[in-house]
Amino acid sequence: MAELLKTDNVSEVFGGLKAVADFNVHINQGELVGLIGPNGAGKTTAFNLITGVYQPTTGTIDFDGKSIVGLKPYQITQRGIARTFQNIRLFSELSVLDNVKIAYHCHVKYGLLESVLRMGRYMKEEEKIEEESLKLLKIFKLEDKAGEQAKNLPYGAQRRLEIARALAAKPKLLLLDEPAAGMNPQETNELMEMIRWIRKKFGLTVLLIEHDMSLVMGICERIYVLEYGMIIASGTPDEIKNDPEVIRAYLGAEN
Amino acid sequence: MDFTHLLVQQLINGVSLGSIYALIALGYTMIYGIIKLINFAHGDIYMVGAYIGFFAITQAGMSIVPALLVSMVVTGLLGMVVEKLAYKPLRHAPRISILITAIGVSFFLEYTSMYFVTPTPRTFPAVIDNISFNLGSFVINGQQLMILGITVLLMAILTFIVQKTKTGKAMRAASFDTETAQLMGIDSDRIISLTFCIGSALAAAAGVLVGIYYNTIDPLMGIMPGLKAFVAAVLGGIGILPGAVAGGIILGIIEALVSGFLSSTFRDAAAFAILILVLLVKPSGLFGKNTREKV
Amino acid sequence: MNFLRRNDLIMLIFGIALFALLQGLISAGAISSFWQLNLLLIGINVIMSVSLNLINGYTGQFSLGHAGFMAVGAYVGVVLTTNFHLPLIVALLAGAAGAGALGFLIGLPTLRLRGDYLAIATLGLGEIIRIVIMNIQYVGGAAGFKGIPHLTTFAWVFFVMLFTLFFIKNFVNSSHGRACIAIRENEIAAEAMGVNTTKYKVMAFTIGAAFAGVAGGLFAHSFYLISPASFTFMASFNYLIMVVLGGLGSITGSIAGAFVVTFISAALANWPEFRMIIYALALILLMFYRPQGLFGYMEITNAKIFDKILKRGRE
Repeated sequence: MAELLKTDNVSEVFGGLKAVADFNVHINQGELVGLIGPNGAGKTTAFNLITGVYQPTTGTIDFDGKSIVGLKPYQITQRGIARTFQNIRLFSELSVLDNVKIAYHCHVKYGLLESVLRMGRYMKEEEKIEEESLKLLKIFKLEDKAGEQAKNLPYGAQRRLEIARALAAKPKLLLLDEPAAGMNPQETNELMEMIRWIRKKFGLTVLLIEHDMSLVMGICERIYVLEYGMIIASGTPDEIKNDPEVIRAYLGAEN
Repeated sequence: MDFTHLLVQQLINGVSLGSIYALIALGYTMIYGIIKLINFAHGDIYMVGAYIGFFAITQAGMSIVPALLVSMVVTGLLGMVVEKLAYKPLRHAPRISILITAIGVSFFLEYTSMYFVTPTPRTFPAVIDNISFNLGSFVINGQQLMILGITVLLMAILTFIVQKTKTGKAMRAASFDTETAQLMGIDSDRIISLTFCIGSALAAAAGVLVGIYYNTIDPLMGIMPGLKAFVAAVLGGIGILPGAVAGGIILGIIEALVSGFLSSTFRDAAAFAILILVLLVKPSGLFGKNTREKV
Repeated sequence: MNFLRRNDLIMLIFGIALFALLQGLISAGAISSFWQLNLLLIGINVIMSVSLNLINGYTGQFSLGHAGFMAVGAYVGVVLTTNFHLPLIVALLAGAAGAGALGFLIGLPTLRLRGDYLAIATLGLGEIIRIVIMNIQYVGGAAGFKGIPHLTTFAWVFFVMLFTLFFIKNFVNSSHGRACIAIRENEIAAEAMGVNTTKYKVMAFTIGAAFAGVAGGLFAHSFYLISPASFTFMASFNYLIMVVLGGLGSITGSIAGAFVVTFISAALANWPEFRMIIYALALILLMFYRPQGLFGYMEITNAKIFDKILKRGRE
């Protein structure tokens, strides 16, 4: 299996404080990998480093064989990494449909003139975007809500919309930041099924941050455990469950 | 006059003009700090202050200090009334609608004043003898000294209120985070009202001082200084009191230097150009902290 | 998606009918020269407000210097027509190019600023433009530029306005426009969705400035004399008021805002001493009762279009 994402010796220092240190992960094409760790362990910072929101203080990040360090977030999205946010960041005043449509942005080929004059590729591409957006909404059971303002959706639906929007950018790698946060067990189960399904359907590679252990253990093939900005363990769910370091990090030292 | 001589003389002029900007900027920055509103009506509050001072001196025959106090008190109350009537109902409206309301209030104050006092400029009476002091070969006149004296005194009082009193602490807390301050039992409506009162009183003092300095006042006199004071506040880092003072003084000095060495027609342009340059290098102003949005 | 074109066509026919009606009334002498001038001003103000709306309303970048770009278009235009005897269309295009180029140059560094800082920076830039013009003797300095040929006709204003409306409407309904709207809604999420935020901010700013330049050209050729005093930040405030009054992010709103503001100030012309007081009170009251503006984010055509899209999607 080809390696899709590889970080080597990545660290991030905020004003003398190491938020992430010596962060080494590698994700192969098609894998579903979890990143877990106690609050403040640096999980979201790791996401922000991969997506270009922060620049790493040291280290290299390679995606699809090429370095993505120094690229702007939008360039990284264009390369094929899309993400969701821990604190939902929808375009809240816009309709659910428009939220998804926006994410097709980097695949649009028509130019400024074509859109203003409504000529050339404009009509055809807009039609396709519309069609594909509605299909995505259907997958995420949001098709009835296409015309509603995103801010009026229930919480769980907002989380699903964020994933739908990220998928619209047609990524190779999908980063999910606590997708099940705030969901009840039934919603979490449905989400789990959905993630499994879209991964197969779109041939995606997924890296997800999650607090909900049942979700992580249930669907991830491999797990990285982060504590104080360092990776303290990695392996299959079973290995992680029995790792003394992980147990110590989560439950505290025994002696 | 040689170069250094002219330079120092312009610096003296700049500091006295700048201290007036600083007084107006303080109100701007206090109000912005607490409700995040660019109070475009602030310059017109300053104009009203100048007129009240004018009438207190000419009609009521007061001398300068009582006139200044009367103007500050009345204008302070006006500031509270404006806040209560125009801004308070919009506390939870989009910020831009409050901004438009502020522009509306500004027009209202300008043209209502114009209706009552006529658009003709008035000559401000000379309240102190036209004396000047020679320091070596430099000249400071009595008006400049008085402006500096009153400004420093008012700033000292303001610093005392903000730093040492309970109300001042509440003001600082509310300006840091209004909601949390409210949870801590601070009556934020009262604090906002008080902030408008103090800010407006300072603007009134600036208005009277400008009347004395330039001898003439008119109903539209607040537009430019109001804008300049806002520039000063942003230059120093909006919401930060020492920043407003520094911004005002810097702006005054720049304007005096440009008027003295280049041409007074470029005075306003220079002020804006400096502002933009500072913002490009340090987007949060000279004294501001750069904050990064948490993702 | 043919209905989009059909909708365009209906609007175009409606526009031409409105033009025919108004032009007929003008030709028949049913509209006084005072109101004729105000008709021109309404059209010009629609161009100004809708182009400012692209920057402030759709892209969410708080600009307060729109009158400065209008001034550039006006002065570039009058120099070309008066001193070089070129036709109006050249003047308008050159004005658009000049204002657009300046908008690009100014936008590139300043659009990094946010919110109120951007507002004061653009306000300052608008003032700098005006002060620079005031100091160019070639264009008459502070006294103004005299002897401008009266080239702006109602037809010019109306059709340029129509073009502007279609241009901006189509722009905001394309992927480029959606990118701008995404920036307004959430800059970080927009960037994460692959939107080059700097590029689109500058693009919106440049397009807005270019149309302000066109409006400036039309404005200047409606008068014998223009002076820098017409382009102060107070004028920029006026355009902002039109935009907010109508609704940030609504083209219908910008049209309504430009109409209402121009109409009120013309209708009150007979009571000069009360004009501004009433205007100020109207502004404050409108913000009390309708802080999101007359139209909010709504368009007059919106509801219908959306139903059709959904119907098509389900089929």
